[in-house]
Amino acid sequence: MIELDNLAYSYGGGELLSDISLRLTPGSFHFLTGPSGAGKTTFLKLCYGALIPTAGQAVLFGQDVREMSRDDVATIRRRIGVVHQDCQFLDHLTVAENIALPLMVSGQDVEAEQQNLEELIAWCGLTQRAGALPPELSGGERQRAALARAVIMSPEVILADEPTGNVDWEMSQRLLALLVELNRMGKTVMIATHDLGLIRAAKSRVQARVLRIAKRRLQLAGADL
Amino acid sequence: MNKRLSPRALAAISPLALLKGEPQADRVVPPTGFTARLTLFAAAAMTFLAVFALALSLATGRMAANWSQELARSSTLRISAPADQIAAQTEAALQVLETTRGVARARALTAEEQQGLLEPWFGPDLPVDSLPIPQLVEIVEDGEGYDAAGLRLRLQAEVPGAVLDDHARWRRPLVRAAERIRALGLLSLLLIGGVMAAMITLAANSALAANAQVIAVLRLVGARDEFIARAFVRRFTFRAFWGAALGMALGLAALLALPQAQAEGGFLTGLGLRGWHWIWPFVLPPVAAAVSFAATRAAARRMLGNLA
Ligand SMILES: Nc1ncnc2c1ncn2[C@@H]1O[C@H](COP(=O)(O)OP(=O)(O)OP(=O)(O)O)[C@@H](O)[C@H]1O
Ligand SMILES: [Mg+2]
Repeated sequence: MIELDNLAYSYGGGELLSDISLRLTPGSFHFLTGPSGAGKTTFLKLCYGALIPTAGQAVLFGQDVREMSRDDVATIRRRIGVVHQDCQFLDHLTVAENIALPLMVSGQDVEAEQQNLEELIAWCGLTQRAGALPPELSGGERQRAALARAVIMSPEVILADEPTGNVDWEMSQRLLALLVELNRMGKTVMIATHDLGLIRAAKSRVQARVLRIAKRRLQLAGADL
Repeated sequence: MNKRLSPRALAAISPLALLKGEPQADRVVPPTGFTARLTLFAAAAMTFLAVFALALSLATGRMAANWSQELARSSTLRISAPADQIAAQTEAALQVLETTRGVARARALTAEEQQGLLEPWFGPDLPVDSLPIPQLVEIVEDGEGYDAAGLRLRLQAEVPGAVLDDHARWRRPLVRAAERIRALGLLSLLLIGGVMAAMITLAANSALAANAQVIAVLRLVGARDEFIARAFVRRFTFRAFWGAALGMALGLAALLALPQAQAEGGFLTGLGLRGWHWIWPFVLPPVAAAVSFAATRAAARRMLGNLA
């Protein structure tokens, strides 16, 4: 579904990522780790077509990113749910409307999906806050709303960038549980995090592979975590 | 980059579909009070002005047409003389006219024709023969026209009882002026349309710039450019239409409040609309909507096309 082949990326200075090859298989669960500034967010952006590799290839669902039009990129984003590091919402719409936004922009009948929407909101523990505006949410509530918005289209792949970035341990466990459950439902999951505790906690619940960005390369981390 | 639109997208974005009001999807763009008011005001003001430019063009067009029609008619020579001299003087006048450059034809009206002209005023029973009625001679000019002053001099010498009535002379510059005013009116309409397009483009650009973050979020959740552009275009088209409708209503009310045209059709009182011309102002709101549609769409496409 997502294939990277000898990919490199540079924002203009030296190469930030070099010689990266990866093939995400359906149903797999990956962690992506590495020090701050290593390029985790950049790597995820390459995976959902927000950035175009400066060398090598990125193939998303059989399409080379370089050959995709803006519309193709938009369509791909309906198949890849992304939880962004800085989750941004439309601040004039309620939480529920924001979660339903991907449905709306892809022309689906939001009314018809009302029940799914309500279930998803309940599953993320946001029922009480569904009518609130995004600026009124706590950090953890924002993260959960972002996750709900990422999965509303029932995407095949979920890329989560620091989904537990600004929440406490208990909340991060809940978010992890949600992602693990999605993986059990067959979704491919990749979580970028530098929270090693989170990775350890996950290992007991799911068969996860840990990728580490170090010295511009992507390495498969050993079982030493 | 693929810029073609699917038929479905085209149908959804067609001006008619746009006027149905704001569907749920358009709420993704936050309401922007300032640009909304600016667009409404610009459309209303411009349409108000357009109503007058239109009325002016139509009225002057009508006037020019009326006057040209009378122009095409002949001028007349009126010969008043004692009854026994009338025939001789008419003969002399016709001879003068025949040798005058610029006169295509000249013909003395028959007694029946003259009676016909008088009938509406005096009734059919008037014994025209017994009255000292002047003889009328109809003059048809050729394309160049004749020199009225020269003709008057010659007539004065040879046909003392003749009076030349060349009303065409003073109408011609009026017709030219009316046509010029009409052209200016039409030019004003074009300028008004252009200014409206410019103002709406500015308003749309400012709305797009103010909503850069909204656009970014929409792109992130998978919105196509077409969807984003539509949300803006709809809103602006809708506003321009209702703004223009308001301006048109005010303009028409002002026109109706003008004093009614006199029978003679004086210039100022004739400024209103007549007959089927009343349809034209109603064309303005759809035109304003179309102008706004095109302007906003171009602005949105330009802006989205420049995004990474
Ligand atoms: N748009 C950009 N233009 C130029 N440089 C950038 C841009 N975005 C990121 N960078 C740089 O690229 C490097 C990698 O950034 P990235 O956001 O991918 O790191 P990260 O691993 O996600 O870090 P963190 O753990 O702090 O989120 C950083 O040094 C950053 O300053
Ligand atoms: Mg990051």
